[in-house]
Amino acid sequence: MSVIEVTNLTKYYGKSRGIVDVSFSEEEGEIFGFIGPNGAGKTTTIRLLLSLIHPTSGSAKVFGKDVTTHGPEIRRDIGYLPSDVFYYEGMKVVDLLKYSASFYGKDCTQRMHELSEIMELEMNRRISDLSYGNKKKVGIVQGLLHSPKLLFLDEPTAGLDPLMQRKVFDLFRAENARGVTIFFSSHILGEVQRLCTRVGIIREGKIVEISNIRTLQQNNYKKVNVTASGLDPATFEMPGVTNIQAENGTLHFFFKGDINAMLKKLSSLKLSDVTIEEPTLEEIFMHYYE
Amino acid sequence: MSANIYIHEFRTRLKSVIIWSLSLTFLLVFYFSLFPVFADQAALMNEFLARYPQQLRAAFGMDNMDMSTVLGFYSFIFLFVQLCLAIQASNYGFGLVSIEESELTADFLLSKPVSRAQVLTSKLLAALTSLTITNLVVWVSSFAAISLFRGEHEYEPGTLILLLLSIVIFQLFFLSVGLVISLLVKRVRSVTPYALGLGFGAYVLSAFSGIFKDVKLELITPFKHIDPAYIVLHGAYDTPLVLLNAAVTLVALAVSYWLYIRRDIPAVS
Repeated sequence: MSVIEVTNLTKYYGKSRGIVDVSFSEEEGEIFGFIGPNGAGKTTTIRLLLSLIHPTSGSAKVFGKDVTTHGPEIRRDIGYLPSDVFYYEGMKVVDLLKYSASFYGKDCTQRMHELSEIMELEMNRRISDLSYGNKKKVGIVQGLLHSPKLLFLDEPTAGLDPLMQRKVFDLFRAENARGVTIFFSSHILGEVQRLCTRVGIIREGKIVEISNIRTLQQNNYKKVNVTASGLDPATFEMPGVTNIQAENGTLHFFFKGDINAMLKKLSSLKLSDVTIEEPTLEEIFMHYYE
Repeated sequence: MSANIYIHEFRTRLKSVIIWSLSLTFLLVFYFSLFPVFADQAALMNEFLARYPQQLRAAFGMDNMDMSTVLGFYSFIFLFVQLCLAIQASNYGFGLVSIEESELTADFLLSKPVSRAQVLTSKLLAALTSLTITNLVVWVSSFAAISLFRGEHEYEPGTLILLLLSIVIFQLFFLSVGLVISLLVKRVRSVTPYALGLGFGAYVLSAFSGIFKDVKLELITPFKHIDPAYIVLHGAYDTPLVLLNAAVTLVALAVSYWLYIRRDIPAVS
């Protein structure tokens, strides 16, 4: 069953673009990575799905229900962690969490304490006294305490130290293992690579690619590094080779095509070193941005 | 209505309600304690006032007031009570949804499983409760001040009750007009200037309308819709104007719901 189904969703803020003609779907239990640079429309998409803003055209369904007409019902099973967290400054952490829990009509106390323990959250401090990272922790607990079926994470690890980031990732994986569907928006590709099964790449408001993270890495480019004395970049001018860069007697380039042709070419040369590797998502990503 | 939002909203405004209520009590009791002096020197006082240009007296709404009677004097103070109530109610109206947006907590609230209409209704009822507390405090301190300082002077309690009953209509006007303006402008960065502007603006319009008798400014300012001097003089409301006031309130509320349900909540920028 598709948990999220977005069809030709478009949002303009007056004349300025939010997103244009975005379509994708996410299956139950999936972790879908949504990658793009700042201002590409990641947050706009999430806000549309939460009906914080209303679409200019197109439609979006969550749990099979239209977001504009069934908002409150849908949001009962959604957890949302915004990229920038802001809470009522005068409140204590524990009061905010209780207020948050009071919307779901069930007892969330136990889960709330479990999560706060994992996140090492000090429950009796005032929100206004918290650092950015600590507010983020409040956000994570607040987003998870009612055991949602779908999680929207908008750059969830920004502001957290590496140790905490790992804890948070473990937490998300554990949630996912329980069957929670996760929509993960980020511009940090390493994160997405670690967590997601499928990714959508958004750029200037449009989806440029949706694919399996493996196929994205495999069926695409190989990154080739060749070291030899007196190498001429022109040697590698053959179909499928792009981005040739020379550096200290080493050539780096991307190759897409018949790998045998490349091997034949390489074996004809006298090399001191060669590596052929899968490009990181980062590098694939940069390719989409060119 | 969501009880949790209602309670949360009410709590955040509690301190403000207490401060407004205490200030109004102080204002009423302090000024009314001067009444015996005015009443004893009634002839002198009225003669003194008569020397001011008629326009100036009109600007302060004093042209129809007899400062030597209990209600005449009270209606003069009541004008300032109205001004305070106007600023308080506008303040709550402007801040009702805009504070959540400027402090960016709207995302938290509206990503919860509640509809926009529920949110707005809960917030409105919470604000109304806060205003009603202030309202009740004004009732109590008015009766207290009058019975403490009126001495031998008699007054018509029915007219006083009529004056005090007008408060809720007055508050609702500023609450809902403040709210609708806050939803019509793109973003309210700070609530206080707007609230002071609306409260004082309406008051100044009413003062002008006193000076230029032929200008129909009374149609747009609640200080004229519910004019304490008129109520004391006639022992009744100016019914068409009160109805006009209530109509504006209802339209403002309806438009507010319409706008808020369709509103795009601004993101962090």
